[in-house]
Amino acid sequence: MRTKVKISTGHLYFLILALLLYAPIFLLVIFSFNNSTQLVFPLKGFTLEWYRQLIQNRELLEAVRTSVLLATGSSIVATFLGTLGAIAITRYDFKAKGIFTGIAAMPLVIPYIILGVSLLILYNTIDIKLSAMAAGAAHVVISLPYALLIVSSRLVGFPNNLEEAAMDLGTSYWGALLRVTLPICSPALVAAFLICFTLSFDEFAIASFLVGTQPTLPVYLYSQLRFPNRLPLVVTLAAILMVVSMVVMFLAEWMRRAGAANTSRR
Amino acid sequence: MPEYAVELKDVSKVFHSGSGGEEKVHAVKDINLIISAGEFFTLLGPSGCGKTTTLRLVAGFEVPSSGEVFIQNKAMSKIPPNLRPVNTVFQNYALFPHLNVEKNVAFGLAVKRVPKAERLQRTKEALGLVQLAEMGYRKPSQLSGGQQQRVALARALVNQPAVLLLDEPLGALDLKLRKAMQLELKQIQKQVGITFIYVTHDQEEALTMSDRIAVMSQGDILQVGDPVSLYERPATRFVADFIGESNFFTGMMKAIEKDIAQLEVGSEIVSVSCGIIKANIGDQVTFTVRPEKMMMTTNPAELDAIPGLEADVEEIVYIGTDTRYILRMSDKSTSVMRLQNTCIDDLRRYQKGDHVRVYWKTEDARIILD
Repeated sequence: MRTKVKISTGHLYFLILALLLYAPIFLLVIFSFNNSTQLVFPLKGFTLEWYRQLIQNRELLEAVRTSVLLATGSSIVATFLGTLGAIAITRYDFKAKGIFTGIAAMPLVIPYIILGVSLLILYNTIDIKLSAMAAGAAHVVISLPYALLIVSSRLVGFPNNLEEAAMDLGTSYWGALLRVTLPICSPALVAAFLICFTLSFDEFAIASFLVGTQPTLPVYLYSQLRFPNRLPLVVTLAAILMVVSMVVMFLAEWMRRAGAANTSRR
Repeated sequence: MPEYAVELKDVSKVFHSGSGGEEKVHAVKDINLIISAGEFFTLLGPSGCGKTTTLRLVAGFEVPSSGEVFIQNKAMSKIPPNLRPVNTVFQNYALFPHLNVEKNVAFGLAVKRVPKAERLQRTKEALGLVQLAEMGYRKPSQLSGGQQQRVALARALVNQPAVLLLDEPLGALDLKLRKAMQLELKQIQKQVGITFIYVTHDQEEALTMSDRIAVMSQGDILQVGDPVSLYERPATRFVADFIGESNFFTGMMKAIEKDIAQLEVGSEIVSVSCGIIKANIGDQVTFTVRPEKMMMTTNPAELDAIPGLEADVEEIVYIGTDTRYILRMSDKSTSVMRLQNTCIDDLRRYQKGDHVRVYWKTEDARIILD
């Protein structure tokens, strides 16, 4: 027996949207296995040549290393500062709370290219050498609002006297943070870290201004576009980046939800 | 000097609110209080009266603006909450959502590095005390409100504090469960012998459980006493009105003899007891009579003979155990008289519109501060 599948307008809309979003990514992945330097159909044949070349490319591996270090460092710092900020805005009442939150969230709406240029000017003025480290500091600034918002959305879900309860039971304030606040936030902390990580790992505009002679992966990737014969390499690299980013984002969201479901009240 | 569980000496707390801190709120005003060891002491008052602030001052979450809190005769002003010999049961329970019931209860012992064997033993006993011995491995989110409340109680009691502070712990429970828990709490308190300081706005709850009650209003303590003396001998209009139900009348003092005063109310002369209030002949005073202590008669022979006040029965409200008669007094104010329905005939004793005479025993009418 056959059941008739009805496709509503809603389904159709979703399908078209998903196609527009993901078809190009899917194409990237397909071409990364295509045995040709030309990115055109019909496909020539299956090859792992581009992947082989990628892992043998020392410059590229160096860029990967720079990116991973930069993303790890900047997201640890951003998650740490974001968590402190989240505790401040969810647990305390202070005078400039609105202004504080506004300033902390500002990087969300500042175009990265403008931030990049202005930081370049700033670094030159106060004589800071351009490096991956310098770009990392900028990445802390742009990741901080994400960490702040993710952790505070977790914190507001819990009664705000849990720390008081812990102190009542004998812990110091820091003990209460360590034994109660941080464990409750841990899914949000992991989610915040992962999101900050992808943000930094994929970020091009700011990094391109600030990395100096230590290109990150996106910066390196862009520099390779000048050489037509390396186009398949770039495509392959892009495919890997996309897949890794999607997996990490998926993980982050899954962690956040698992945590929320596990400890939700009632 | 005897050892008190808790003593408050001239304690005030001022909160600064408004954007520049320019608005001052006097949450607690120069209160003095002595609570003995082993007492079940209740702070009773409407919301915003300062009772929770008082509790938080004892717990250490608030620092007094002036005055001093003593616990077991030790000044507490420089002692943080985690080093005070008190534990708190919070209104919203504040259970740790990431720990199971057993770990919640053992939290205080773990912080104090109590050896594991003893920790397990005491946790087990505490859970047994609140009848949750089987629930140790559940998460707080898997428990009902009443069970969470018991966990919060066990988590505090397991530390064997000198004083247990309870901030409206039964507020979120439904009426039936609340009544059962009131008796159980009282029983647990007797069993463990720990001083309880209990905050509530529910006067019935306070009367049911407490050894002594302090009635608070707008940051002041109005009266402290055991349930019977507070109910039978309220000192002020607020206390008489807040605890139970009261009728208020005003009259002019005509004569005083020992504790008995003769008052002129309208054209009538009634006798009332003076209580602790000092008044002179000629003063206007307020006195109160509880609805269930009022009597009335429609008997024409008695209507003029008994000292009392005239009234008309305006409304009759049947509430099961009792009947409430809403009376319109001759000065147009309303009063309530309450009569227990001991038999079905009681229901037919008075009719709407009856002209009656209201009276009372002299000791049941008391002059109070208005």
